[in-house]
Amino acid sequence: MAVTGLLMLLFLIVHMLGNLKIFYGRDDFDHYAGWLRTIGEPVLHGAWYLWIQRFVLLLAVVLHATSAYQLSRRDLKARPTKYAHHQRAQAGYATHVMRYGGITLALFIIYHILDFTTLTLNRHGVEGAAYDNVVSSFSVWWVTAIYIVAMICLGLHIQHGFWSAAQTLGLNRPSRDRAVRGLATGLAVLLTVGFLIVPVAVLAGLVD
Amino acid sequence: MKLTLRIWRQAGPAEPGRMVAYEVPDANPDMSFLELLDVLNERLTLEGDDPVTFDHDCREGICGACGVVINGQAHGPRERTTTCQLHMREFSDGDVIDVEPWRSVAFGVVKDLMVDRSGLDRIIRAGGYISVNTGSAPEAHATPVPKPIADTAFDNATCIGCGACVAACPNGAAMLFASAKVTHLNSLPQGAPERTERVLNIVEAMDAEGFGGCTNTGECTVACPKGIPMDSIATLNREYLRASLGRK
Amino acid sequence: MTFYKLGDDIADTCAPDVPIEQRWDKRRFDAKLVNPANRRRHSVIIVGTGLAGGAAGATLAEQGYNVIQFCYQDSPRRAHSIAAQGGINAAKNYRNDGDSVYRLFYDTVKGGDFRARESNVYRLAQTSTQIIDQCVAQGVPFAREYSGLLDTRSFGGVQVARTFYARGQTGQQLLIGAYQALSRQIDAGNVEMHERTEMLDLIVVDGRARGIVARDLVTGQISTYLADAVVLATGGYGNVFYLSTNAKNSNTSAIWRAHRRGAYFGNPCYTQIHPTCIPRSGDYQSKLTLMSESLRNDGRIWVPKNAGDTRSPDQIPEAERDYYLERIYPGFGNLVPRDIASRAAKNQCDLGRGVGPGGLGVFLDFADAIRRLGEDKVREKYGNLFEMYDRITGEDPYKVPMRIYPAVHYTMGGLWVDYDLQSTIPGCFVVGEANFSDHGANRLGASALMQGLADGYFVLPPMLGNYIASNKFDKVTEAHPDVVETVNEATGRLTKLLSVNGERTADSFHRELGEIMWDECGMARSEDGLRKALGRLPELREEFWRSVKVPGNGNQVNQSLERANRVSDFLELGELMCVDALHREESCGGHFRVESQTPDGEARRDDDRFAYAAAWEFNGTGEQPTLHRENLTFDYVHLAQRNYA
Repeated sequence: MAVTGLLMLLFLIVHMLGNLKIFYGRDDFDHYAGWLRTIGEPVLHGAWYLWIQRFVLLLAVVLHATSAYQLSRRDLKARPTKYAHHQRAQAGYATHVMRYGGITLALFIIYHILDFTTLTLNRHGVEGAAYDNVVSSFSVWWVTAIYIVAMICLGLHIQHGFWSAAQTLGLNRPSRDRAVRGLATGLAVLLTVGFLIVPVAVLAGLVD
Repeated sequence: MKLTLRIWRQAGPAEPGRMVAYEVPDANPDMSFLELLDVLNERLTLEGDDPVTFDHDCREGICGACGVVINGQAHGPRERTTTCQLHMREFSDGDVIDVEPWRSVAFGVVKDLMVDRSGLDRIIRAGGYISVNTGSAPEAHATPVPKPIADTAFDNATCIGCGACVAACPNGAAMLFASAKVTHLNSLPQGAPERTERVLNIVEAMDAEGFGGCTNTGECTVACPKGIPMDSIATLNREYLRASLGRK
Repeated sequence: MTFYKLGDDIADTCAPDVPIEQRWDKRRFDAKLVNPANRRRHSVIIVGTGLAGGAAGATLAEQGYNVIQFCYQDSPRRAHSIAAQGGINAAKNYRNDGDSVYRLFYDTVKGGDFRARESNVYRLAQTSTQIIDQCVAQGVPFAREYSGLLDTRSFGGVQVARTFYARGQTGQQLLIGAYQALSRQIDAGNVEMHERTEMLDLIVVDGRARGIVARDLVTGQISTYLADAVVLATGGYGNVFYLSTNAKNSNTSAIWRAHRRGAYFGNPCYTQIHPTCIPRSGDYQSKLTLMSESLRNDGRIWVPKNAGDTRSPDQIPEAERDYYLERIYPGFGNLVPRDIASRAAKNQCDLGRGVGPGGLGVFLDFADAIRRLGEDKVREKYGNLFEMYDRITGEDPYKVPMRIYPAVHYTMGGLWVDYDLQSTIPGCFVVGEANFSDHGANRLGASALMQGLADGYFVLPPMLGNYIASNKFDKVTEAHPDVVETVNEATGRLTKLLSVNGERTADSFHRELGEIMWDECGMARSEDGLRKALGRLPELREEFWRSVKVPGNGNQVNQSLERANRVSDFLELGELMCVDALHREESCGGHFRVESQTPDGEARRDDDRFAYAAAWEFNGTGEQPTLHRENLTFDYVHLAQRNYA
């Protein structure tokens, strides 16, 4: 889980930085979106890289989810009886909601692909017109609302997930603990804010 | 002070259990939690009821025998304190206190608040030792151990094996317990020759006992009366990765 | 009226008659060996998994014997050795401060007030250095200096720094080491471990110990276990006083049952009372907690000058305080040995100057130390102890003086054993605190851990091998009449406890017994008091069997039954302790007879009449025991009166 999680985290950072290109205007953004399909040429044929990346990411998501499912099953089996007196969690909220947040994110990813990759749910839905597709979706308040909820889930997931990954990979040391926790929170805030700037800007009319 | 205890009563491993309420009108703030149970038990005995069964021995916080979940918290509300060292002044007159046994599929209830923690012993048997037969030891000063390493080993060796970490973990995992032993022995030069086998065997035994998996919630370290840190779990993971990769 | 019969003298015949330095080597060389291939065919029962039992189990299993081991706790790691705080002595002389095997031997004999057997003590000192090597190799994290080498400190009553320690948890760390070694042997299939199983009786067949009867504390099943030898490593009997620093379930049953079957009991009246414990706070008190003796290095002990002064300590002006140890013992002040500090505190409380609930406590004040060193320095030195005190009493010792009172801590007495650690029942060996061997009338600090591990790791294994190699073992079956009879007696006893169905709990009898023992056979013992106790104890025992109430049945977990069974043995032991204390008309070490003191109130030994160890033979419940004297000779350390003024 740690490895696949970190892989997806890496992708998200690049994804977020790419999204911000929308502020350079329609042409730049559409050009960027088009370029993504040409990465690796001429060694690779058109969009091959993209498919490789999609495959790797899909694999990562599937492995991450499978591990999460197996771990949850094992954990629920290990503690079948709950305490009569509700256990007050000592750990933070982010830790508490990992499981539900993860499920929310999985559903969100499906929605997100149907919205911007296959364009099935996109109101504009013109292939190649990435800028207009984005604007059309986020102009609807409840779509933006879905994104806001999802990105908050993402932030929480990363805040615990990043530290937890460092823990699982045995990278934490007493001397590094503060730094790792700080980095986790930093990444969480950065990604949540970075991803939300675009829909909020669209809804606010700053991008149209 | 007057208290109401709601205690998990279960006649045997296969019997159904339930919470039963008892009034204790004559509690004293200077009593330990176990002395409160003693007072209740004396009364139950004289009234012809079955006294509450619970594990306890040294009553000074070091043997690791005692341990119950008090109001949802393993060993109760005071940090770094075993149940026997918890005193009633932490509570107020009129409180209702819920008392339950450790819960984990690896810890079956034996009777009432007493559970079977032998799984923890089996983890140690799998590799929680340094193989040195009596009489074969070299002179103690032959291998100096840098003080910081000796201190880390000591901090982890203070684990009392009470099982609070398992009880507090929402996943019923024994990672903190296992990691304390791995960190204690693997950080010392004396433990180095068996480092790889030790961590692999301990993890294998832990999984075989039915303990849950670690999701790094950190509940264990909060409940731990000896304050074994989460870093120990990172150390166990590191040792495990190293051992798994190195073995191939 | 006398309470005992005088029997023949007894002597240790195992220590070879060569200079003391060579005795252990000679004994080991003379010992017969068991062929390694044959060891598997010999089984040994070990009861108890503390330092002595755990170490013995691991070592005998490593050597190839078939070990069957028992503990009443749910894990061998919980034995009460775990609670020892201070440290472990060893004559390593790493400090180059003049220590040696001979000095450790000398200090121990003198500290024991000349009531220990020289041969045993010398061997203990010899073995001490090997223990440290063994424990370090096992991964015991002793305190170290920045050089990476082992740190040592000095401890009460000696002038060298020979105590190795692991913060305030040395016992825990040593026990975990032995437990891990034992765990390794359990995993290897060399030790058959029975947790939550309590010994009910010793099986003696044809005069030799051949097994035990034990009860599974979970299922209530009573079973017999047969072997070629039995080792008792079941600790001390301080809980006869009800309140002590022992674990709540520590008991005398194993050694008392063996005593009833013919093992002589050595010096039962020798008990050590530790001066710095947290006083009791009420009738519900279930045990007492020790605070490390090191506190006396910086704390000053005082009581109000006026009896019955109930003002809070900060309201009592300097002129109305009595720093009695500094006044009476200007030389040693607050650092007098344990027995003297304990008795002085009792005397002050007897004068009505005690503080706290019931007037049973004296102040241990750190105000001066805090002024002199600063609170931070004090915190650094004693922080964990202050925290523990605060946790138990709810009082902050940085602000108000601690209250302390003496409490029963260790019993030097135990089953009589010879140099081979064998009791008077052949094949029944006794190790650790359960035997009477090495500490005489008073144990020095940090010597209990040393003795437990010495017995278990190094002394018992070769001597047990010698016993096995020297004897033939016919097969004994469960159908043997002696076995059947022992099982029936053990079962009958439990059935009887369950059937009385009276109106008093076992705990209430235990408390009453404890009060009698503490008052009459505690820190100061008098002929009148002991006679009074010997009048009352048989009555109490009879009352117990008439009116004890044990709920439930014997076929499941029944902690009340376990407790009642232990209390019944404590009641009998209490009588023997009083008989021993009454017959020993001298003061020595932990045994203080008010009739035998110097004009200024110090203990006075009577070497002409009492330079012997008392070995008591059991003649039946309520019958007078027979005294066998083992005369002690002091060829190496010359008899001298202790003086600390």
